[in-house]
Amino acid sequence: MSVVEAVAEPAHPLLEMRGISKSFPGVKALDGVDVALYAGTVTALIGENGAGKSTLVKVLTGIYQPDAGDILVDGAPVRFADAQAAMRAGITAIHQETVLFDELTVAENIFLGHAPKSRLGLVDWAAMRARAGALLHAIDAPISPYARLKDLSIAQRHLVAIARALSVEARVVIMDEPTAALSHKEVEDLFRIIERLKGQGKAILFISHKFEEIYEIAERFVVFRDGRSVGAGRLAETGQDEIVRMMVGRSVEHVFPKAEVAIGGPVLEVAGYSHPTEFADISFTLRRGEILGLYGLVGAGRSEFCQALFGITRPSAGRLTLEGKALAIRSPQDAIAAGIVYVPEERGRHGAVLPMPIFQNVSMAVLGRTTRAGFLRLAEEFTLARRYAERLDLRAAALSVPVGTLSGGNQQKVVIAKWLATLPKVIILDEPTKGIDIGSKAAVHAFMSELAAEGLSVIMVSSELPEILGMSDRVMVMREGRLAGIWERDGLDAETLVRAATGNA
Amino acid sequence: MMSRILKYRELLLGAIILALIAAFSLRAPGFATPRNLAGIFNDTSILIILALGQMAVILTKSIDLSVAANLAFTGMAVAMLNAAYPGIPLPLLIGAAMAIGAVLGAVNGFMVWIIGIPPIVATLGTLTIYRGLAFVLSGGAWVNQTQMTSAFLDTPRIPLLGLPLNGWTALLVIAVIAVVFMRTGFGRALYASGGNPTAALYAGIDVGRTRFFAFVLSGTLAGLCGYLWVARYAVAYVDIAAGFELDTVAACVIGGISTLGGIGSVAGAVLGALFLGVIKNALPVIDISPFWQMAISGLVIIIAVLFNARQERRKGRLILRDAARSPAPAAAEGAAA
Repeated sequence: MSVVEAVAEPAHPLLEMRGISKSFPGVKALDGVDVALYAGTVTALIGENGAGKSTLVKVLTGIYQPDAGDILVDGAPVRFADAQAAMRAGITAIHQETVLFDELTVAENIFLGHAPKSRLGLVDWAAMRARAGALLHAIDAPISPYARLKDLSIAQRHLVAIARALSVEARVVIMDEPTAALSHKEVEDLFRIIERLKGQGKAILFISHKFEEIYEIAERFVVFRDGRSVGAGRLAETGQDEIVRMMVGRSVEHVFPKAEVAIGGPVLEVAGYSHPTEFADISFTLRRGEILGLYGLVGAGRSEFCQALFGITRPSAGRLTLEGKALAIRSPQDAIAAGIVYVPEERGRHGAVLPMPIFQNVSMAVLGRTTRAGFLRLAEEFTLARRYAERLDLRAAALSVPVGTLSGGNQQKVVIAKWLATLPKVIILDEPTKGIDIGSKAAVHAFMSELAAEGLSVIMVSSELPEILGMSDRVMVMREGRLAGIWERDGLDAETLVRAATGNA
Repeated sequence: MMSRILKYRELLLGAIILALIAAFSLRAPGFATPRNLAGIFNDTSILIILALGQMAVILTKSIDLSVAANLAFTGMAVAMLNAAYPGIPLPLLIGAAMAIGAVLGAVNGFMVWIIGIPPIVATLGTLTIYRGLAFVLSGGAWVNQTQMTSAFLDTPRIPLLGLPLNGWTALLVIAVIAVVFMRTGFGRALYASGGNPTAALYAGIDVGRTRFFAFVLSGTLAGLCGYLWVARYAVAYVDIAAGFELDTVAACVIGGISTLGGIGSVAGAVLGALFLGVIKNALPVIDISPFWQMAISGLVIIIAVLFNARQERRKGRLILRDAARSPAPAAAEGAAA
């Protein structure tokens, strides 16, 4: 599938950015970057978090004004005073989290802000629906223009976002991590659409963390590091190692450092776990010191199953045994008390209570332990928080400052401290490295190995095959709410897992 | 950093109140005498108690618009009880007021927690219903001073060290609420479930139940105030304290309780209520029309909200500076851990 065709490239770029700089108080987000986009070509923009990718997108779409540098379209310098100006010049962006409106129809979403008008200046509904239908047809999206957005799946919403981007006679299409929330099959559909856009001569800027995707879809690349463009060229002539070196400025040898850990006896046994609508008949055994990867397409019921294990939803059937004792989990309190914790996706949103002091966040899940005769013992909470702050090298002026004042990395440490403070036996990590850069990923993976070495059992939900294959001792695959199989790591390949997850036996 | 701003903010509000008192006493000598100030505090007691109940609800990202209607109903109920059975001892009547208030609060909490009605809609409904019930209960009749016992009417007025028992009640409530909010699991749950409901859920805090008990607390305090109000004004009728629920919300907002939940202190809510109390008592003294009083409270609310919004923006910039200082903070994590 990953065939990079030798497309005859136009000699002159359709859009060129030269020496673009942009500063914010205290930060130089972009420092003289050069980017060129060619018609009919996909250019991948690669870089760690904070390398300046999002700022570049905002400069290109007229949301930010550059402090220095030129933007040239067809060789002529242009200046985008606002987002409307960039749109008129044919530059359009599909953002990571698509900004669409649930209660409006597909056609209204596509044409919001630039709806076709009748002679009286009113919205021409018939024309709008017809053009929306044509746009959706052009990208092979089987969606009715009359459908309400709230009834669509995430993948379908993406298609609507793409149709919206194309509704303005786009010449340059920017895609900011478009595959982050898509399953394997949906990514393939998206790539077919990108191929078609290429055929229509559009220049595409594709931002992604995933190398397999980049090599599959893009011809050219630009690498950003610390707000500078540190490399650009053709992917066919550049190896993955070389790009990784450009990104991090050093070579990353062990992306998945799963340490060898002696695996002990069974800790958690799940038998016939079922839910009325989301999953059915899940059975497996989790052993001490083991990392069990849980793979599947988005919507296969993995998160739903894990939430039931944690007591957020209740199963309709099935038994749980933890260290030989039968267990009924009716609420997260039960799960935490039994030693099962769940670290959800989007730790920013689900993780810390930002206005609360650090020590209160750390003790939040174990308030029962720091309460005497109905009153909280602040001294004990501080002791607890101090212990984990030291262990995780948490840097803060004081443990009484609100978590919201910390940097992102330190906030994450507070969240981890909260879970470790519950002294868990089983820790469920839902997409632990989604959307984070390579350096941080390695840190998370090292941390997981360490937890396993201490005798914890880990269930790792992940949609990234390299991570699943690199980190798991065993891999469990779910498909449409059912268990599709469990494999030992030795001799396991990606193809087996993808076949199990998609049902292509 | 933020706690310093919060502390600073409460000090600022306290300073503004003192400056107002100083300014008013220039125009009206005798305004700043201990006797008059104790009078103002006593006069603001009911607002302080209600604002603390409202604060509990607002901390959980909710709002209780039914507090004044709850007060009117419970006030009417205990006044009628007192009139009909003068033999019932006062502590029992106060207990009954708090129990009735708690039940009405629980009705709000039940609708929000179990049925899932948005708090503003649920309590807007009960606001009307509770006043309607007060009408049904009384048949629209008043309970007058002459029908109530002197113990019922006069006990809150008994002075102790220069402050009537009414004021001491407010001080007691402030102390209890401060301990509950800062030193109990329920208090912590209030802040957590408003500050980040999802995080609270995953940490084993039952957000719905916390909200339910916040409404029960607000209702209980409204019930207590039902008695205090009727005793203070020596009359019970359907429309007492009409619109007073908005004063309680205003006191919270002025005191820095975030309407988005999870942020605010007991001191802030008390100072917010005192600010309104000082203005209300001072303006007539210096011959300013009560209409100005409303406009001034309104203006202060808007300024307080602007102040909050500016703090939020400053916080945003701070994060950006942090990110710049440590470009890959998470990378250190694995190495250190």
